[in-house]
Amino acid sequence: MKSAVIQLPGLNRDRDMIAALTKISGKPPLTVWQTETELPDVDLIVIPGGFSYGDYLRCGAIAARMPVMRAVAEKAAQGVLVMGVCNGFQILLEAGLLPGALMRNASLKFVCRHVKLQVANANTAFTRAYSPGQIIRCPVAHHDGNYFADPETLARIEGEGQVVFRYAEGTNPNGSVNDIAGIVNEAGNVLGLMPHPENLIEDAHGGTDGRPLFESVMSLAA
Amino acid sequence: MIKARVTVTLKDGVLDPQGKAIEGALRALSFSGVGEVRQGKVFDIELDTADRARAQADLKDMCERLLANTVIEDYSIAIT
Repeated sequence: MKSAVIQLPGLNRDRDMIAALTKISGKPPLTVWQTETELPDVDLIVIPGGFSYGDYLRCGAIAARMPVMRAVAEKAAQGVLVMGVCNGFQILLEAGLLPGALMRNASLKFVCRHVKLQVANANTAFTRAYSPGQIIRCPVAHHDGNYFADPETLARIEGEGQVVFRYAEGTNPNGSVNDIAGIVNEAGNVLGLMPHPENLIEDAHGGTDGRPLFESVMSLAA
Repeated sequence: MIKARVTVTLKDGVLDPQGKAIEGALRALSFSGVGEVRQGKVFDIELDTADRARAQADLKDMCERLLANTVIEDYSIAIT
C-alpha cells in the first residue's frame, strides 16, 4: 500500500502516523508539505493530529485553506481514500470534505484517555476488517471533539450509514451528538475520526484495536 | 481606508459550553439577573480602499470563506 501523510505547522502526531503506516504496510509513507499543489499517486492520504496553526481562529480552519488541501479535495473527488485523525478530522470538516463541525468539549476540559468505540458501520473501506457492532478500545486526546451537525444533516448522515464510529458504553468524552466519534462522506472514501487508531497497533501500545482500520485499507490497495 | 468590524456569533440552538461557563462565573461574582451568555468573536479589519460597496462584498466573502464557520456560526459586518 502506498500512502502519503500531509504535514502542516503545528501538527504533532505525524510521526506516530508515519510509524504506524510504516509498520503495518512495510513501506514508509510519502510526506507532503502544506504548500504542495499536487499529490503523488497513493492509495491512502492521511491528515494526522495535532494543533495546526495553534488552533487559531477555529481548530483546523487555517490549515483547511492551505494549497495542499485543494489537492486533497481533488484526490478525494477522484475516489482516493482520505483519512483525517483528530486535528485531521477538524481540517476535513473545515475544508468542507465532511459534513458538520467539531466544537469545544462539553466539559470544557482537554480529554486524554482511552474510550470504547462501537463500529457503527463495518461496511466501509476503512472498517471492513472489523465486525459490525464490534466494540474496540482507542485513545483520544483532544479539546474540541464535540461533533455537531444541524438536525437535517444529522438525519441524513445517520440514514446513509455515514456514522462509522460511536463512543460506546458511556465513554463519550466530549458531548458529541449521537455519540459520534467518526464519519465518512457520502461516497465513503473520506473518513474523519477523533480517536487515534495509530496509537494502538502493537502489543507494546497495550493493544492492537487500531490495526484493523489500516488493514482494511491495505486489503483494498493490494 | 475603510475600517470594518466583523462579529461572529454561534447560531441559535448551537450549544455554547464556554458561554455557559462564563454565565456561571458571572453568577459566582454575585451579579444578579444574569440570563444566558453566548461567547463570540470580533475582528477589526482595515481595507485599503474607499469603495464601500466593494469593501462590503469583500468582507462578506471573507466571512463565508474563513472568518465564520457557517455550519455553526452567524456573522455581521459593520463598516465605520
